[in-house]
Amino acid sequence: MSIEIVNVSKRFGDFVALDNVNVSIPAGQLTALLGPSGGGKSTLLRIIAGLETADSGRIEIEGVDATKLSPQKRNVGFVFQHYAAFKHLSVARNVAFGLEIRKRPKDEIRERVHELLKLVHLAQFADRLPSQLSGGQRQRMALARALAVQPTVLLLDEPFGALDAKVRKELRDWLRRLHDEVHVTTVFVTHDQEEALEVADEIVVINEGRVEQIGSPDALYDTPANDFVMRFLGPVTELGDRLVRPHDLQLLTGGGESGAVPGRITRITRVGFEIRVVVAVRDQFVTVTLTRNEFLSLDLHVGSEVQVRVAPEVANSVGQSRVLGAV
Amino acid sequence: MTSTALSPDRPATSRRPVRTGRPLTRVSGLGFGVAMMWFSLLVLIPLAAVVVTASAGGWSTFWQAVTNEQTAAAIELTVGTAFAVTLVNIVMGTMIAWVLVRDRFFGKRALEILIDVPFALPTIVAGLVLLSLYGRNSPLGVDIANTRPAVFLAFLFVTLPFVVRTVQPVLAELERDVEEAAMSLGASRFTVFRRIILPSLTPAIAAGAALSFARGVSEYGSLVLLSGNLPMKTEVTSVRILSSIENDNLDSAAAVATILLLISFVVIVLLDVIQRRMVRRG
Repeated sequence: MSIEIVNVSKRFGDFVALDNVNVSIPAGQLTALLGPSGGGKSTLLRIIAGLETADSGRIEIEGVDATKLSPQKRNVGFVFQHYAAFKHLSVARNVAFGLEIRKRPKDEIRERVHELLKLVHLAQFADRLPSQLSGGQRQRMALARALAVQPTVLLLDEPFGALDAKVRKELRDWLRRLHDEVHVTTVFVTHDQEEALEVADEIVVINEGRVEQIGSPDALYDTPANDFVMRFLGPVTELGDRLVRPHDLQLLTGGGESGAVPGRITRITRVGFEIRVVVAVRDQFVTVTLTRNEFLSLDLHVGSEVQVRVAPEVANSVGQSRVLGAV
Repeated sequence: MTSTALSPDRPATSRRPVRTGRPLTRVSGLGFGVAMMWFSLLVLIPLAAVVVTASAGGWSTFWQAVTNEQTAAAIELTVGTAFAVTLVNIVMGTMIAWVLVRDRFFGKRALEILIDVPFALPTIVAGLVLLSLYGRNSPLGVDIANTRPAVFLAFLFVTLPFVVRTVQPVLAELERDVEEAAMSLGASRFTVFRRIILPSLTPAIAAGAALSFARGVSEYGSLVLLSGNLPMKTEVTSVRILSSIENDNLDSAAAVATILLLISFVVIVLLDVIQRRMVRRG
């Protein structure tokens, strides 16, 4: 285990940012701290980096107790949401900063900076100022700067949060590939569940200062520990007193199958390849998502009478049945 | 990293900022005209008049006026003291701004307002305050009346707010995460200050220093009571100019004024050059 977080608590005045948090972050993996804004995930990351001190608890990095170490001595790379570029220094000198602090020989610095700029596709921008780069480029520069000192762990605080959707997606894929190449233990904070599911090897879901669940993206999506995790990781709808994913529901046009409940279609929305059908079942509106082909084969219209049920294979695979309101 | 989906990076704009602005329209032309006329009436024409007056008597008269022993001493005292005061202000002003922005303490708001008092006070009132505190009957037992330190003190008093007030807003705007980034890269607090914070503050410090120097060179009211205006000893240029005018020696007054104008101009340009260098060096 590369980072051990043991019984960490942190308050800001009356606000409890972290409440007795315990997490083990595996070495060499890409771990996401996922949760809603203000849930404490950024605070946890900053405590790991030493930029914030915990009120109680312990932080170990690679077996070394780092609780009392200053940020300068932790050898972590930190990437900020708003780039934190050194505005008066060129891109190359931004990247070189950590190496210059460590008084490495000039030749070595030049070589390493060039290597890193190639890695982040900024080699031709070495002499530019950060203000002459786009947001995505600036964030790649920040990443190269953090990697330059060969950190034991790389920490990224909402690294793509300030970028537009397309660049976000590109950088996300790119971070994944970069990690597969560099293999440094990486922790990134995000409130975007899609980002976490797509990029991370392991996800830590944090809400209101507590860890809700830790696991692989598959485990979290398929067997969420509670309603919060289920709701946070993907779309949900309610059928009776069950919380289910809309794509785990089936629509039947024939007569009474077992476990199916009758309803009437009130709304049909098409979003690309996905059709969202809202069905009025008793006093509920249940959302069901179908693929385009399923939808066409069923010949559905607003007002059609249908039967709704949870797909049989799903009903069996979900570990525990969830009752609304229970956590 | 052989394959990548990243879109090829477009060549960004050139390093030199693109010239902003458009050709003048009728309305903006009017605005430009008014601005230029205002500036000319208030600044350019009076300045030109001073230079013309100074040159009216010819080069030799000018040179005589400037090299007059008493005048030279006044210029030396004024410029030297303004320079020293500016150096002190650069250090102290930055420090006061730092305390006001970064620290929380009792009475911060009061200090915040008090900083401007030397600036807001009529200078002759400042002179009275200084005289009663540091004059013959000083309650502190410090009597510097009629000495050069009196000039230094008066300059310090009236120029205090300049660096503080120019640095403060820039310091407040600095992003803390930039400093945190430098710290996590291993930079000590001092290195962070020297290599990250100071380059961002330099333009503001330079601007404050220029104001402080200019104000020092032109100071009259606050020192006239305490310094005693002793020729060759504590007489500053503004006093010298006034006495020249009182003696109906307008040429000499204008000559001294021209020299001051020149020195101020050189100092302001120099500060700008130094400031640009510092920022680039990081």
